Amino acid sequence: MSSSLPPRPFPAGPIASVTGTAVVVRGDDIDTDRIIPARFLKCVTFEGLAEGAFADDRTELAGAHAFDQAEHQGATLLLVNRNFGCGSSREHAPQALMRWGIRAVVGESFAEIFYGNCLALGLPCLTAGHDAMRALQEAALAAPTAPLCLTLAEATLEGYGQRWPLVLPAGPLQMLTTGQWDATGQLLSHHAELSRTLAALPYANGFH
Amino acid sequence: MCLGCGDTVSAGTLYDKVWDLHRVAELPGGSTQLFIGLHLIHEVTSPQAFAALRDLGLGVRHPERTVATVDHIVPTTSQARPFADPLAEEMLATLERNCAEHGITLHGLGSGRQGIVHVIAPELGLTQPGMTVACGDSHTSTHGAFGAIAFGIGTSQVRDVLASQSLAMNKLKVRRILVEGRLQPGVFAKDLVLHIIRSLGVKGGVGYAYEFAGSCIEALSMEERMTLCNMAIEGGARCGYVNPDATTFAYIQGRPFAPEGTAWDRAVAWWSSLASGADAVFDDEVVFEAGTIAPTVTWGITPGQGIGVDESVPSLADTPVDERPLAEEAYRYMDLQPGMPIAGVPVDVCFIGSCINGRLSDLQAAAAVARGRQVAPGLKAFVVPGSEQVAAAAEAEGLDAVFTAAGFEWREPGCSMCLAMNPDRLEGRQISASSSNRNFKGRQGSASGRTLLMSPAMVAAAAVTGRVSDVRDLLALVPLQVPVG
Ligand code: SF4
Repeated sequence: MSSSLPPRPFPAGPIASVTGTAVVVRGDDIDTDRIIPARFLKCVTFEGLAEGAFADDRTELAGAHAFDQAEHQGATLLLVNRNFGCGSSREHAPQALMRWGIRAVVGESFAEIFYGNCLALGLPCLTAGHDAMRALQEAALAAPTAPLCLTLAEATLEGYGQRWPLVLPAGPLQMLTTGQWDATGQLLSHHAELSRTLAALPYANGFH
Repeated sequence: MCLGCGDTVSAGTLYDKVWDLHRVAELPGGSTQLFIGLHLIHEVTSPQAFAALRDLGLGVRHPERTVATVDHIVPTTSQARPFADPLAEEMLATLERNCAEHGITLHGLGSGRQGIVHVIAPELGLTQPGMTVACGDSHTSTHGAFGAIAFGIGTSQVRDVLASQSLAMNKLKVRRILVEGRLQPGVFAKDLVLHIIRSLGVKGGVGYAYEFAGSCIEALSMEERMTLCNMAIEGGARCGYVNPDATTFAYIQGRPFAPEGTAWDRAVAWWSSLASGADAVFDDEVVFEAGTIAPTVTWGITPGQGIGVDESVPSLADTPVDERPLAEEAYRYMDLQPGMPIAGVPVDVCFIGSCINGRLSDLQAAAAVARGRQVAPGLKAFVVPGSEQVAAAAEAEGLDAVFTAAGFEWREPGCSMCLAMNPDRLEGRQISASSSNRNFKGRQGSASGRTLLMSPAMVAAAAVTGRVSDVRDLLALVPLQVPVG
């Protein structure tokens, strides 16, 4: 079980690459209630969320879920399909994945709030086309312990004997590779501009 | 801006105008720093944000622009403190402490103003046209009903709004969804939005804001518009909105946080100027005919898996190839066979409430069906008002008595079985008729529990018949109210 592994530190500073093995979770429209069921949200810290990752799916599959299989313990890359992370805004979802050990997600597409939540935590989400993603998942299932290297700058995944081209838009790429995915510092630096915006908004000034 | 001399906001869509008005700066990663006019918080997604502020040594920049309530974890039977569930109690106590420490207003239990965050902000007059509204909850899209740009955010972003009253955002495209004509009797805004999502898909709106317009939308009440915008997120659109009009202004006027006197007149002038102009250019447009829509019910495990109550569960052959794996998973999980009519499917639990359908008009519509009837034997049915104000208004017109006489339980306000973080939950494989907005696997508290989404009137119809039923048949049975004498 993942809980027996020492927790992997969260990323800090620029992220150039993610190395390790991949775990496949197949299916379109995997929602955040499945990534982390609501009962795990009853907490005031994010610690301990690893055990909640896909908890109900894992129970249902009684040990056969990829997150429970021995060869995937320690995996850093998660390979998914379309509209992954749809549903609620709970940041508990990427938190749970990261606390389980995931450091990058590759899929066909992601739900928007989930994508933003991942980015805010330094969890890169890259995309690939439908067929490429299927092929990548097949390769990963055939060689579950094969080492991989995801390079952000080139948006490529090396492994299974080839280079897989992926997509990472310029904005997130820059934020991740410069270590500025966490926007707080930038937001705080525009103090005067924010005051000007506020002063020009009628509703913030009693409509005077 | 000079409001006194008839100056109005520039051309374009409401989305463009509100975006421009709230733009603080362009950020290095290509995103925009956007000022947030109204920040709503609750007990589930805020504690880690406050903890992060503490770690970073930061304060709350504009505590007067954040408003808190408690909704997700509150029990609906007894709300006496401390709660029986120590984790729920800890979450509320943490929220109370954080709000007190940072000078944030908390509309707590018993204040007369507590309720589901997306119900109370509009009813208090906090939500207004032209605002940016953010909340650590995806159904923040609800507030778009007022012509606000309102979206859900994660906890790191809650921290950012607390610290800076702003967010790093990327601009969306705008799809106009024109709905023309009138909904038939017995067909509600919930059916309309389920129908739209069924048609455009749960990922159809990714990258878009949805502007709802057209004669049908213009005729909707504010509560109906909120129902519609609430589920924009279930269609993949991070926000949905309706242009503000006389209906919007009439709703807001006189509410506790609404502008008054001369400020009211200036507010209405400004709000009116924000509506998408005739020159507005949309990135996409889709048209629906309201009159053709039937009461709609979901049969599967995403809100897009909906059908008219007079239809059958779609077969694989009728399902687009790329959606077939999901359909097969849904048949298995829901234990429904392709080709079987959805009407007649027996239900175990009926839930009326949530931020999409827990308002007064929702309870009125359900009560109209329940009045003089009885909940089917062996079935559990309960009504959870969306807020303390909704509860009081419903009780004032005797709706609680209508429901309890029919065998429904009348509960205290909260999110309740919409996501079952409180004691209200499905057991085992129970199947529920639910007026909430999500039918995901395990959503209502049991890992194998099943959810059929529908309008509150349809839930009431299911409750009194024990099975999925076309509410129009029941409404037709109600004799016309002829004045006695
Ligand atoms: S009622 Fe349901 S969807 Fe609405 S805020 Fe509460 S949990 Fe979320």
